[in-house]
Amino acid sequence: MRTHYDALIIGAGIVGAACASELAQAGLHVAVVEQEIVGGGTTAAGMGHIVVMDGSLPELVLTSYSQQLWAELLAERPADHEHLACGTLWVAADAEELAEAQAKQARYSAHGIASRLVAAAELYALEPLLRPGLAGGLLVPSDSVIYPPRSAALLIERARNHGAQVISAAVCALRPSGVLLADGQTLTAEAVILAGGIRSQALAPELPLRAKQGHLAITERYPHIIRQQLVELGYIKSAHASSGDSVAFNVQPRPTGQLLIGSSRQFDRSERSVDQAMLAQMLRRAVEYMPALAQLTVIRAWTGLRPATPDGLPLIGPAWQRPGVWLATGHEGLGITTALGTAKLLAAQLLGHSAPIPAAPYLPARFDKETAHG
Amino acid sequence: MQRFEIVVVGAGPAGIAAAVSAAESGAQVCVLDAGAAPGGQIWRGGAERHSRTAARWATRLRQGQQISVQQNTQVVAPLAAGELLVERPDGPQSIGYDRLILATGARELLLPFPGWTLPGVTGVGGLQALIKGGVPIKGRRVVVAGSGPLLLAVAAGLRRSGAEVRLIAEQSDWARLLAFGAQLPLDPARLLQALRLRATLGRTAYRAGCWVEQAHGAEQLEAVTLRHGAQRWREPCEQLACGFGLVPNSELAATLGCAINAGAVVVDYAQQTSVSGILAAGEVAGIAGVEAALAEGAIAGYIAAGRPAQAQPLLARRAAARRFARRLEHTFALRAELRQLASAQTIVCRCEDVHYAALAEHPSWRSAKIHTRCGMGPCQGRICGAATSVLFGWTPESIRPPVAPVALATLITTSSAHSINLEEHV
Ligand SMILES: Cc1cc2nc3c(=O)[nH]c(=O)nc-3n(C[C@H](O)[C@H](O)[C@H](O)COP(=O)(O)OP(=O)(O)OC[C@H]3O[C@@H](n4cnc5c(N)ncnc54)[C@H](O)[C@@H]3O)c2cc1C
Ligand SMILES: Cc1cc2nc3c(=O)[nH]c(=O)nc-3n(C[C@H](O)[C@H](O)[C@H](O)COP(=O)(O)OP(=O)(O)OC[C@H]3O[C@@H](n4cnc5c(N)ncnc54)[C@H](O)[C@@H]3O)c2cc1C
Repeated sequence: MRTHYDALIIGAGIVGAACASELAQAGLHVAVVEQEIVGGGTTAAGMGHIVVMDGSLPELVLTSYSQQLWAELLAERPADHEHLACGTLWVAADAEELAEAQAKQARYSAHGIASRLVAAAELYALEPLLRPGLAGGLLVPSDSVIYPPRSAALLIERARNHGAQVISAAVCALRPSGVLLADGQTLTAEAVILAGGIRSQALAPELPLRAKQGHLAITERYPHIIRQQLVELGYIKSAHASSGDSVAFNVQPRPTGQLLIGSSRQFDRSERSVDQAMLAQMLRRAVEYMPALAQLTVIRAWTGLRPATPDGLPLIGPAWQRPGVWLATGHEGLGITTALGTAKLLAAQLLGHSAPIPAAPYLPARFDKETAHG
Repeated sequence: MQRFEIVVVGAGPAGIAAAVSAAESGAQVCVLDAGAAPGGQIWRGGAERHSRTAARWATRLRQGQQISVQQNTQVVAPLAAGELLVERPDGPQSIGYDRLILATGARELLLPFPGWTLPGVTGVGGLQALIKGGVPIKGRRVVVAGSGPLLLAVAAGLRRSGAEVRLIAEQSDWARLLAFGAQLPLDPARLLQALRLRATLGRTAYRAGCWVEQAHGAEQLEAVTLRHGAQRWREPCEQLACGFGLVPNSELAATLGCAINAGAVVVDYAQQTSVSGILAAGEVAGIAGVEAALAEGAIAGYIAAGRPAQAQPLLARRAAARRFARRLEHTFALRAELRQLASAQTIVCRCEDVHYAALAEHPSWRSAKIHTRCGMGPCQGRICGAATSVLFGWTPESIRPPVAPVALATLITTSSAHSINLEEHV
């Protein structure tokens, strides 16, 4: 085994896998070091909704750019990613939310993202199980659903086909121009890319990451009882809150006919156990929007930890005060979507190419206290 | 919420003995059981009908002044500390406890071989349950295969129900069985039991060192290929009952945080688990048969009720039953050939149709699960998880609630004591 690489990536979650694929395709000698299994971290716990979100302008830019990249990737072998082109239906509960849907439609359209306002009558034609009395919604046809661990594995496979090595080991410390493995071995690299998700902090304690725990529940198979991923418009507020616990109606059809029901957000719960009270709140919210869900059979509930930054945007670029170390983490609840855009941005910076979208909003240095304070 | 000093989950022999012992010591007891009547697996369909011992226990349970027995009640998940979420025909409930005794028993170990998913192929205990449930078996040709004493008991029952038992195929070999049999006369009760079984079984062929390699049939089972040493033949039959022993139902214990070792809940000499206030008894704490289940249940009941002195005299009986169980385990240890029966195309996970070949390339249960969906279906790995630990040596992990498929409406029930405040983001 070689011990020196052009790029060494810590973590084979969706983000590390996307970076590995991108850099290996660019001709670099790449190693990916994963302590557990490919796609087994937060990537295995997420919903796999490839979704455009507009909580902020940089979020809109990164998600919509990433979605185009997904469309290209998925065109090759959609079934292998368990792809479902279901679109998103943002549900407006009342007139105020309908106005929000209109504003959203205008923002999307300004960025070239197709979407369509849906009046109440059409809402029920699309999704008859929604509770009566809702105001309407916004349909975004380009959003879709994948199975994240499979996509991570496919990206790793592509990286391997371009010469990347996957090393099964735990990194226990960052070293100048390399990493120290738990077995005492040192690997060196021109660039070390930290893509360890919420665990990145164990190696770089200065990173401003907090865990936002999310619950999900999955049902038995009920093919076609819903057709699009259904999300309440209040979701974005829930996703961007910087404190407190929240739940939102967010239900996804899986290609198997199962329903994946979310979502919740809780800060600073580091354990992975299910909080029965939070699960109940989340499911109650789902039933408020879709009463028929109460009758379905749930087979499993679980949680995942979203790696959240204070401003809700990921950390993509050189780490401050750590020469040779690059960050690709902090993707909160959008890392599946934004992994591909992240990889392109990171590769452009590493290789000195021009960035496909402005890189500044995601640069880690925005959190460097020393420069911030002069 | 209803609240009890002691809650017992499971009304098999262990649960019944626990409840009776605790209640007779003055504690207030509630028994929660998913079945329609007390009895568990061995005394299925109501303990009264089975044996004198069973009937005695059933009477004590029924007559217990301070025992509330709740049948058709599935424990779904822990709520807050000291509280369980249960699903009953009349809806969800939360049940509180000071001390909890887990007596959730065991299920059969099924191993995959080509054709094992054909209609007509069941587990050994599984077929027994079907017949007790009224499925007609009279005149049907049955092969009973797999391993363990259950094969004989079920074959005898099948004959009584009028089935034509073609063969009992025990995978363990004669050398081990004889070594075991040589010790039996030391134990008159068991000898008698064995002789009675022998009488019922009449001339039914019993072959040791023999196992099913394949099940054949277009829509429905038509024949099996049996293997006996170098010999291999096709045996026509309409029904195959095939089971390889038992695995503990330790999922609920795991969601409560109890330590698990080799699939069984870890208990100390007083049947206490690693979690304070939670005890476990019977097969959930290790496969040791009905005598051990009764002794362990009674010990757990006395300990939970604060009467350790009463438990004292039962320790010797428990030790003897467990010694016997260890001999059984050795006698019926699974042969290596059984790990090679599945072909690349044999389905291992029936819920999600995952083939052997897809699993074989993975290093662990978790990797296989995440990438192939093995164990993600309604049974949540209860069948394929146990099978893959035999086939690949994997340890199924990350048990999450609910411990059984449950109506979403049930999961909306929260603890009365513990509700959370959501900030108004929406
Ligand atoms: C409930 C929930 C729902 C979600 N839904 C969606 C959704 O619908 N759409 C969406 O886009 N996003 C969603 N997300 C967010 C998404 O899942 C995450 O943003 C994304 O998975 C993060 O990927 P990652 O690669 O950064 O982290 P991870 O998947 O956690 O990967 C990090 C990897 O690094 C490894 N690692 C860490 N430290 C070391 C070390 N020292 N040595 C070796 N290896 C190491 C870990 O083992 C792990 O495999 C959701 C998240 C949750 C919790
Ligand atoms: C299929 C099968 C058939 C068997 N047949 C025989 C036989 O013929 N002869 C023989 O000697 N031995 C037989 N055994 C072995 C026998 O079951 C044990 O030796 C002994 O009965 C174990 O007693 P127990 O109380 O530990 O568990 P069990 O008798 O298994 O009782 C466990 C009880 O707990 C209940 N339960 C489990 N989980 C929950 C939950 N979450 N919520 C509510 N209730 C729950 C179950 O419904 C069950 O009633 C059989 C075992 C199995 C699995």
